Amino acid sequence: MAGALLSDHPTGDLRLDRLVKRFGAFVAVDDVSLTVPKGSFFALLGPSGCGKTTTLRMIAGLEEPTAGSIHLGTLDITSAKPYRRPVNTVFQNYALFPHLDVFENVAFGLRRRRISRVREQVMAALDLVEMTHLARRRPAQLSGGQQQRIALARALVNQPRVLLLDEPLGALDLKLRRQMQLELKRIQVEVGITFVHVTHDQEEAMTMADTVAVMNQGRIEQFGPPTELYGAPRTTFVANFLGQSNLVPGRRVSGGGSHLIPVDCNGQTVLLPDDRCMTSADQVLVGVRPEKVHLLPAGMNPPTGHNRLVGGRVADASFTGVSTQYLVAMPWGQDLTVFAQNVGRGGPVPVGAAVTLGWEPEHTFGLEGETGTPAGRDARVTARMR
Amino acid sequence: MTVGAGPRLARGEHGLQRAGDSPVRRVSLWQRLRRRALAVYAFLALAYLFTPIAYLTVFSFNDSGKSNIVWKGFTLDNWKNPCGAPDVCTALGNSLKIGVISTTVATVLGTMIAFALARHRFRGRTATNLLIFVPMATPEVVLGASLLTLFLNFRVPLGMGTIIVAHVMFCISFVVVAVKARIASLDPALEQAAMDLYATEVQTFRRVTLPLVAPGIAAAALLSLSLSFDDFIITFFNSGNVNTFPKFVYVSALRGIPAQAYVIGVAMFYLALLIVLVAEVLRHRRERALH
Ligand SMILES: Nc1ncnc2c1ncn2[C@@H]1O[C@H](COP(=O)(O)OP(=O)(O)OP(=O)(O)O)[C@@H](O)[C@H]1O
Ligand SMILES: [Mg+2]
Repeated sequence: MAGALLSDHPTGDLRLDRLVKRFGAFVAVDDVSLTVPKGSFFALLGPSGCGKTTTLRMIAGLEEPTAGSIHLGTLDITSAKPYRRPVNTVFQNYALFPHLDVFENVAFGLRRRRISRVREQVMAALDLVEMTHLARRRPAQLSGGQQQRIALARALVNQPRVLLLDEPLGALDLKLRRQMQLELKRIQVEVGITFVHVTHDQEEAMTMADTVAVMNQGRIEQFGPPTELYGAPRTTFVANFLGQSNLVPGRRVSGGGSHLIPVDCNGQTVLLPDDRCMTSADQVLVGVRPEKVHLLPAGMNPPTGHNRLVGGRVADASFTGVSTQYLVAMPWGQDLTVFAQNVGRGGPVPVGAAVTLGWEPEHTFGLEGETGTPAGRDARVTARMR
Repeated sequence: MTVGAGPRLARGEHGLQRAGDSPVRRVSLWQRLRRRALAVYAFLALAYLFTPIAYLTVFSFNDSGKSNIVWKGFTLDNWKNPCGAPDVCTALGNSLKIGVISTTVATVLGTMIAFALARHRFRGRTATNLLIFVPMATPEVVLGASLLTLFLNFRVPLGMGTIIVAHVMFCISFVVVAVKARIASLDPALEQAAMDLYATEVQTFRRVTLPLVAPGIAAAALLSLSLSFDDFIITFFNSGNVNTFPKFVYVSALRGIPAQAYVIGVAMFYLALLIVLVAEVLRHRRERALH
């Protein structure tokens, strides 16, 4: 069997090309193209039911694509049997074999490929996840976190080209989750295997991954390094799914500097870098992250060159320790969010105070969107519902 | 224990206030009754269940001669020579042979049917699912009689063969139902995990599916064995002149059942009990060892 494994080929990036999966009339994965660089930590992020697991299962060979192809380096693995792919999975619910003890669970893959020195390798893998002392336990006698580590060891011991992790930290409490995140990241750096990590926790995706792909309703909305996705989201969905965003509908007007586009937002003009504007239409959604916005007393002006929106009134202020979160009601009926660091300069702005909002044009992004409709509402609802 | 004491005490106090006179005595009597009620009830129920077995046990030591109805004195002879009565061991041997063969056939076929029904969609699957229940729902007398008609019409000589065919027929339903339930409770992710870990379809079946379904198959086999060994009605119709243990007991009941039949019955009961106990002790030990 060992000879039949498709792993003796030169390896390289994992490439999904126009991948489609339909269940009857329902399109679960819709024309997904992705390249996961070899040895990178890749996170697939999206709300529940968006097709993350289905995508992963197609890479593992547990689901047959309706269309499209999957390549590993130069090797086409689109329709290879799961046991012939140099790919291993950590399943959403671990799927440890209940009739085998921890040691035999981890040894399973090695034994099937008739690899020698099973004992040594299993113990090394158990050592990596710090579980050697429980080698003779049955899975039912382990805690959730311990089972998760065994599932990880069971996959890692095979030294696959790609390791697929399907929300492996979903069942853990917050503290263990953070601990396992760090551990996973450490292991990935140590073994240098390509990790594809599925999660619907945006914080987890951003802290762990080199590259994040945001998925929505079967499509990849955007992918790139976390900082890029956060700083310059390309769609309202990404803007709202990855952290919070203020999205103000506006209309392009003429004039402006060399690379700045002036946009009229309900009678006030703000500037937007043209390389951060994702639409060429007249109607633009002007976006800015809440922590980039400064709150000024009405009448005071931000430094020249900064964007400014006047006429706000503080509708709500909630103190969270490191920062205070303000909800500012704007004259056109929209509530904008502002995070202010509690650095000790002055007290919190009282509710009801008249304020001006200011921020740097470089922190502004422009998205495609219809003027007049509450921006990104749909996306925000989906994001909450996860 | 401690948890139960709370409410019981509270209720007692309530009664105390209402009754008024000599409360201490009355409460303790009431309490004692309540506490004993379950034990008494359990004892009666067990006595009801085990009286016939106790009777059987005692009378297997009866120095009875031909008919084992009146107590005539203690002897170990029946136990020393269980095959002493004419035909009893031939009948027992036949029953065991039929039991083993029909259990094996029914378990293999039934397991295969269960997998087909649980795993594959094919024409007539729903119908098969329903038809499987028919032998279980039909009265045994009707099954036995109709089978006999069938054998007679096709001129199949009655004997060992026809008994086995009949037994396989009714055992198979139970096997399918038991094994199918076990397969349905299996997490499909386990087999996928095996395939993901380089096990081919055959290896996955052998290393993961089969071991996980095995308890269901074993339970089904035991059930088949006991159903087959026990069966009297269907066997009676289709056995010709082959004797089985239940048939032997039934026929000899007219003349008086020999004490040797008691010995065999009692021995089987205690053997089964022993197996259950040993299994239980082993399971307990294994769990202890792990903690
Ligand atoms: N076998 C199937 N038959 C029909 N529909 C399916 C099947 N498997 C998945 N789907 C549908 O495809 C969509 C994507 O499912 P998938 O399991 O990939 O979601 P997910 O992104 O992993 O969600 P979650 O975060 O909740 O795990 C869902 O709407 C689901 O109902
Ligand atoms: Mg999923």
